Amino acid sequence: MNAPLRALRSGRRALPAALAALLSPPVAAQRRAIILASTTSTEQTGLFGHILPIFTRQAGIVVRVVALGTGQALDVGRRGDADVVLVHDRAAEERFVAEGFGGPRRPVMYNDFVLVGPADDPAGIGGNADIAFALAQIAAARARFVSRGDRSGTHAAELRLWLAAGVDPARGRGTWYREVGQGMGPALNTAAAQNAYLIADRGSWIAFRNRQGMRVLVEGDRRLLNQYGVMLVSPQRHPHVRAADGQRFVDWITSAEGQGAIAGFRIGGEQLFFPNATEPGA
Amino acid sequence: MSDFQDALSAAFALVAGQDPALAEIVGLSLRVSLMALALAALVGLPLGALLAVARFPGRHLIIVGMNALMGLPPVVAGLVIYLLLSRAGPFGHFGLLFTPSAMVIAQAVLIAPILAALTREVLEGMWEEYREQLHSFGVSSWRAVPTLLRDGRLALVTVLLAGFGRASAEVGAVMVVGGNIEGFTRVMTTAIALETSKGDLPLALGLGMVLMAIVLAVNGAAHLLRERVARMSG
Amino acid sequence: MRAGSGLLPLQVEGLGFVAGGVPILQDVSFRLEAGPPSVLIGPNGAGKSTLLRLLHGLLPPSGGVIRWALLPAEVARRRQAMVFQRPVMLRRSALANVEYPLRLAGLPGPERRARAQAVLGEFGLGDLAHRPARRLSGGEQQRIALARAAAMDPAMLFLDEPSANLDPAATRAVEEIVTAIAARGTKVLMTTHDLGQARRLAGDILFLHRGRVVEHAPAARFFAAPAAPEAAAFLKGELLW
Repeated sequence: MNAPLRALRSGRRALPAALAALLSPPVAAQRRAIILASTTSTEQTGLFGHILPIFTRQAGIVVRVVALGTGQALDVGRRGDADVVLVHDRAAEERFVAEGFGGPRRPVMYNDFVLVGPADDPAGIGGNADIAFALAQIAAARARFVSRGDRSGTHAAELRLWLAAGVDPARGRGTWYREVGQGMGPALNTAAAQNAYLIADRGSWIAFRNRQGMRVLVEGDRRLLNQYGVMLVSPQRHPHVRAADGQRFVDWITSAEGQGAIAGFRIGGEQLFFPNATEPGA
Repeated sequence: MSDFQDALSAAFALVAGQDPALAEIVGLSLRVSLMALALAALVGLPLGALLAVARFPGRHLIIVGMNALMGLPPVVAGLVIYLLLSRAGPFGHFGLLFTPSAMVIAQAVLIAPILAALTREVLEGMWEEYREQLHSFGVSSWRAVPTLLRDGRLALVTVLLAGFGRASAEVGAVMVVGGNIEGFTRVMTTAIALETSKGDLPLALGLGMVLMAIVLAVNGAAHLLRERVARMSG
Repeated sequence: MRAGSGLLPLQVEGLGFVAGGVPILQDVSFRLEAGPPSVLIGPNGAGKSTLLRLLHGLLPPSGGVIRWALLPAEVARRRQAMVFQRPVMLRRSALANVEYPLRLAGLPGPERRARAQAVLGEFGLGDLAHRPARRLSGGEQQRIALARAAAMDPAMLFLDEPSANLDPAATRAVEEIVTAIAARGTKVLMTTHDLGQARRLAGDILFLHRGRVVEHAPAARFFAAPAAPEAAAFLKGELLW
């Protein structure tokens, strides 16, 4: 801790030492590593903490995860600041590939979204199997609803569901519809504090601790499917992309081994993500 | 109340368990913030001293600009540095984004104006007192800078602590440019933000307590150092 | 020993100083010779401190000439020192304070330490050498400031009220040092409002009133029979303005 303080005390003598300390590279900088831009749902559930060490042990490649919303993660890829992108918004992913920023897109796994709400369920939607109908009821009751509002995969999915419900939630802005513009965790914290409904990915929900009595009210509708895809950022577009190491990761996570690792990740005995790399059209 | 009890026991468990991941996070936090402090001090202290002694055209503009930069929201600083360091940005070929170096740069940019402004304030009073005597010794205003920095060192320790405090408490900028990568760019504040967003409030608060303890320890060490220097030089 | 060393005699002609449109000094002319201390006296606000600062080069004159015997002003400045009414102690030890100007003068480390220690010893300040200067009493600080000036071995020393606010014992200690410095051949020009001190130290008196030198005379003659009516009134203790 003392370099600058020492520099202060002894004046010029300590300056070279302080400079040397500054210029010395970070400890882990020399290791073989790739940057993976991904989503808060995968990072915060602990999935990566479970599967990445397995990959690193086998390949000798460290995977550094920057967890963002899907939209931001794809932007990081577009700018060339990541080597691989693993996100969950199929339409946005296909746009990314079509624009030439990376790909090809490979399906990796899925789980599902759930509609979570306060225990007393003021809009009376509990047990409903039709997500569109449930959302329409929330809108009709003008019950508080928290939206990610951050261009994330979950946000995109939520907007698609509103469309299916025939409701324009933007009209509830300022009253019952609240966009927090943040990650899944902060959105869950907000909903818990405000007794509001929200759409969450199941993984984040299971890993979330501060529930304050909230519970899952609607699940199982096939429109709640949450599909993840992985893409290498285009080395043609960004020559510095660590293409070989990145490709190795893409290949591994879609291989039987990587898929097995995903299936093996559980919280309290519950499986959070379901591998489906081989499923056509996923 | 039980939230705070949980936090306390979480903090205790973190420290008592000697969690290697925690040690790594704490170590990186200190490393990044101290490097940023050193970098910012190299620029901010002489600049502040110069502004205290020198009178030149544009001085007021610099002071106003500096004071404005003191209020720069960290996220904005982070975003600007993100765009500069991004592969698509002007300094992209250094590959610094999402590394501790980027965090050092971001924190240094945030605290350099603070160090310069506080240094100017501290040294202006001293310069008022010293000016005639130093001119009598034939010391020009510019050459007085090292003397002022040396003789102001006790007050400047406080200035440096203010800078260190701001650097180590900062989360917005390091989150954006560091990416909060586990085991690589995760520091105390981004870890706290992460645990908060996971809804693990006791753990987040516990980490916050550990951070507080570290900041306290640094301040205590600086205080002892000041005492020692003060006894020697008055 | 050095008898002015190219500085003396000092010739001042028509010196003026204006601050914010207000004339502080007007048409000041006099000549200083090598020898015992010259003392500037006069009522408050007469311009005594300003005159010292002009001569030392801390303030630029608005008009007039300051002519050192042989040396141009810039060179002459390096042969001068000044001690202020409130001594300016750097935040370091007494010894380091004395060493500071010596280092600026380019004296190598061992030599300047030896010289600083010698001067402190000479003035009976050796015990204070390693004390933090700013923790010393006012009288001790003033003596350190004098020692610091003396260590530079100046040809000309300006003292601005060196014993203002000091008790009699400290005043006496300061006067002893001033006498010793003058005895080494340094020309002293000082201000004081203590007429007793002026009598004890002065070889000649410059009486300043409302920004002008009204009288310049040998001390004995001045105190016995001041020529200017303002000086006479001042010596009698009448209020002048």
